[in-house]
Amino acid sequence: MSRRGALGPGWGLLLALLLALGELPQVAGVEEEPGGGGHQDSEGFQVVTFKWDHVQDPYIIALWILVASVAKIGFHLSHKVTSVVPESALLIVVGLVLGGIVWAAEHIASFTLTPTVFFFYLLPPIVLDAGYFMPNRLFFGNLGTILLYAVIGTVWNAATTGLSLYGVFLSGLMGELKTGLLDFLLFGSLIAAVDPVAVLAVFEEVHVNEVLFIIVFGESLLNDAVTVVLYTVFESFVTLGGDKVTGVDCVKGIVSFFVVSLGGTLVGVVFAFLLSLVTRFTKHVRIIEPGFVFVISYLSYLTSEMLSLSAILAITFCGICCQKYVKANISEQSATTVRYTMKMLASGAETIIFMFLGISAVNPEIWEWNTAFVLLTLVFISVYRAIGVVLQTWILNRYRMVQLEIIDQVVMSYGGLRGAVAFALVVLLDEEKVKEKNLFVSTTIIVIYFTVIFQGLTIKPLVQWLKVKRSEHREPKLNEKLHGRAFDHILSAIEDISGQIGHNYLRDKWSNFDRKFLSKILMRRSAQKSRDRILNVFHELNLKDAISYVAEGERRGSLAFIRSPSTDNMVNVDFSTPRPSTVEASVSYLLRENVSAVCLDMQSLEQRRRSIRDTEDMVTHHTLQQYLYKPRQEYKHLYSRHELTQDEDEKQDKEIFHRTMRKRLESFKSTKLGINQNKKAVKLYKRERAQKRRNSSIPNGKLPMESPIHNFTIKEKDLELSDPEENPNYDAEEMSGGIEFLANVTRDTATDSPSGDTGSDVPLTGRTSPREVLQATEKSPRPLAPPPAPPTAQNPAPAALPDLELGAGPTSEAGSASGTWLERRGLQGAHARSAAARRVHSRRSFQRPRARRRPALLKLASLQPSCHEPPHGLEQEETPL
Amino acid sequence: MGSGGSRAAQVPDAERIRRETGFSQATLLRLYHRFRALDSNKKGYLSRMDLQQIGALAVNPLGDRIIDSFFPDGSLRVEFPDFARVLAHFRPVDDEDTGTRDPMQPEPLNSRMNKLRFAFQLYDLDGDGKISRHEMLQVLRLMVGVQVTEEQLESITDRTVQEADEDGDGAVSFLEFTKSLEKMNIEQKMSIRILK
Repeated sequence: MSRRGALGPGWGLLLALLLALGELPQVAGVEEEPGGGGHQDSEGFQVVTFKWDHVQDPYIIALWILVASVAKIGFHLSHKVTSVVPESALLIVVGLVLGGIVWAAEHIASFTLTPTVFFFYLLPPIVLDAGYFMPNRLFFGNLGTILLYAVIGTVWNAATTGLSLYGVFLSGLMGELKTGLLDFLLFGSLIAAVDPVAVLAVFEEVHVNEVLFIIVFGESLLNDAVTVVLYTVFESFVTLGGDKVTGVDCVKGIVSFFVVSLGGTLVGVVFAFLLSLVTRFTKHVRIIEPGFVFVISYLSYLTSEMLSLSAILAITFCGICCQKYVKANISEQSATTVRYTMKMLASGAETIIFMFLGISAVNPEIWEWNTAFVLLTLVFISVYRAIGVVLQTWILNRYRMVQLEIIDQVVMSYGGLRGAVAFALVVLLDEEKVKEKNLFVSTTIIVIYFTVIFQGLTIKPLVQWLKVKRSEHREPKLNEKLHGRAFDHILSAIEDISGQIGHNYLRDKWSNFDRKFLSKILMRRSAQKSRDRILNVFHELNLKDAISYVAEGERRGSLAFIRSPSTDNMVNVDFSTPRPSTVEASVSYLLRENVSAVCLDMQSLEQRRRSIRDTEDMVTHHTLQQYLYKPRQEYKHLYSRHELTQDEDEKQDKEIFHRTMRKRLESFKSTKLGINQNKKAVKLYKRERAQKRRNSSIPNGKLPMESPIHNFTIKEKDLELSDPEENPNYDAEEMSGGIEFLANVTRDTATDSPSGDTGSDVPLTGRTSPREVLQATEKSPRPLAPPPAPPTAQNPAPAALPDLELGAGPTSEAGSASGTWLERRGLQGAHARSAAARRVHSRRSFQRPRARRRPALLKLASLQPSCHEPPHGLEQEETPL
Repeated sequence: MGSGGSRAAQVPDAERIRRETGFSQATLLRLYHRFRALDSNKKGYLSRMDLQQIGALAVNPLGDRIIDSFFPDGSLRVEFPDFARVLAHFRPVDDEDTGTRDPMQPEPLNSRMNKLRFAFQLYDLDGDGKISRHEMLQVLRLMVGVQVTEEQLESITDRTVQEADEDGDGAVSFLEFTKSLEKMNIEQKMSIRILK
């Protein structure tokens, strides 16, 4: 551990040496230039010239970026180091080492983090990234809390820290300092603000709950306006001189706060509007699409900087407001480009910032030590932050629906990291006006190092310790694991239903406004939809539409669909993680992989007993651990600067969405047919799984090649058989498209179980009906099973089951058997079904008029290219494999 | 508590529902607003479709089962009292409930037993008081990704049932269900802080 710990700095040293080598020519170049310039003119044309000074600046910049990035690679060579020490701390240390080397070589601090570079080039990408990937719902849901902490909290921190330091100064503990009250307040205001860069760098590695995360993160972003105002106000007061400050100036200061913050926000919103509007018309210039996002957001930053408004707020809100429209407007590739570029820029900027924070410290000229001042600053910022958090939380908890608990408050107080913003601000101070600038600078550096390194290092153990204290550690049983996860899902479903998260008057108003006006202006017509909309469309479609649509897809050629790239993609996506082909392999695989996630489990198990059975248990635990769907709280909403994890979540969402839609569609159908379809869902599922399994275990896909053809012919046979029977129950129109599909459904149910007929007595509910299905398949027909169960029913069921499950290609026997069975059953069930159908018809009272059927269909069909969930869901199930 | 008295008058039968569910006035009112917001064409009751409209439920593996639990015994509509009653299962257990409960009163809806029973009936589709192997398999199938093979699923199901099954009938009864979860803090885990 300790040896590996040394690896990071070790790497840094190596890099530093490399860098020092790169540095030498520069020094040489600078020295040679004045002398050598004159000579070289007379020597005539030279094939090769060494023009270091020509490329010096960009070269050095590029080198620094390279070094920082390579250092990052170095850290991640050792997982142990990065899991204990936050990257930001490591980078600062590397920076210190590099700075030391450069200093040793040159004896001048040539590289420091200058405020210009920081504010113009390094900070904007980070903040834009934060805004663009901001979990909006969560952010606006907690906006009140965030604002309170950002505004009142920051003012409180600034005032108390400044005043307390001044008080101590008056008592004489700090010795002689050429400062006054205003200088202390100025210092307090720049040291008060929690830094977005530092906070994120640390919080990302500590897993806290989403609310806590968004509060601290949001606070660190929004407090910028307060910091800027306090800073400029006190700076101008200091310039004026303490005695000339009047009450009017104070009022002006307060007014300027509102102007700066609201103005900054407004600039951001305006530019977001512009950006969304521009991306609406970039259809023919796809290649520069991503550029607009960056350029316009950056312009918002510069504009508000120009107007001396809060630039951070401007670019944050630009990102927050445009994300929805931009993501909908630009093509998928552009969206990916934007995402990756943004992450790259932000991550790179962050890396450079921390490294330069380290390098900048190596400069004896700025160091001025005052033990009392430094230590007291550290104490005051920690203590007052804690007090502030507790006080504000106490007030907030009276109004918040989700209470902030003690543990949250501890993390919040402890997570108040200071960072580069404070450093850049303190460097900006004018030494003429603020006499003790160097003391302030060195104290700021100490504070940053202390918070980033010490608190960054300890916050993770602290969180873990607090959590451990709350729940004793015990090896969970299989049942507990499974049901525990189920409970999580149940809870989030209930939350959604009871509307704790979903329902809010303002939000409803806003989304109405958004749908009616904003989206119409800012989104391409083709893009004016979302998943929710798809859901709506789905519900608007009545049963007939849905069925005929699916049937149409079927007619267009489900065979073609199987081979279509989209299916291939689906399969590829699902199997992006390496998968074993057999169960035996999976045992070793699971044992080998992902040990870290559940290693506690394993070890304790191993210690107790070792037997094959336990191994199997372990495998089961592993499988569950790995593949159980994650509840919402665990994966959604969180923002990460370094990772693009959305794909994973979307995949899960997509999978579940498919299933849900499929089932709902089936329950539609079952209402229509009067046949319970739960079994069918199971069946389809098995089929889906079987298909996937085959596709993955048989790479060349020989087996699947045959089966679809078989299946297809069988289906057609079924169609012929079932058509005439179904006819009488429905009007001719519905027949045309629907029956094909329905027939398939019937075929499956027929082969599955003989319970179809009884199912018709309990349509829709899904509560009581599966009993029949279940008992019919599990055990042989029992008294409960339908009395008119035809004798043939028993044959197809066992025959078809292995076929579909193992995917060994269908047996035509089963098909034909099911056909005949269907025929009989159809005759028997006709009566019951028509009754059910009538019931369904009566329920369709608020359906849309017929005339609108086409548009609705088209709408659904047009959704396909960009948002292909439901069409997939619908079509995929019809893939006959 | 009494502050929202005049406003709570909007909720029909407020007193009775409150007594039954234990919701505070404010929560009840909020739920009522939610209920009406969900009710797409002001029918006065919710249909299955109203609940299916909630987008987040479509990506919740158990979403449709939860929806089903609002419609017991094949009913097609749920009115506000029933709506509130289902949600009341998730009310946090507070100290007053446990301490000063009238023994004559029925157990409150949010008791540990009732919370568990609610979960249990999500599994027990046929309502025979037992989670059969097949029912367990169905739930598992809903809850794991497609990466898990059918064989694995079956074996997980077998293990899970075996682990909980004490009398060896191949199914998990409610008693066995509660026993298998006796170490779990159900009161906390199955509560939503906001439903007071």
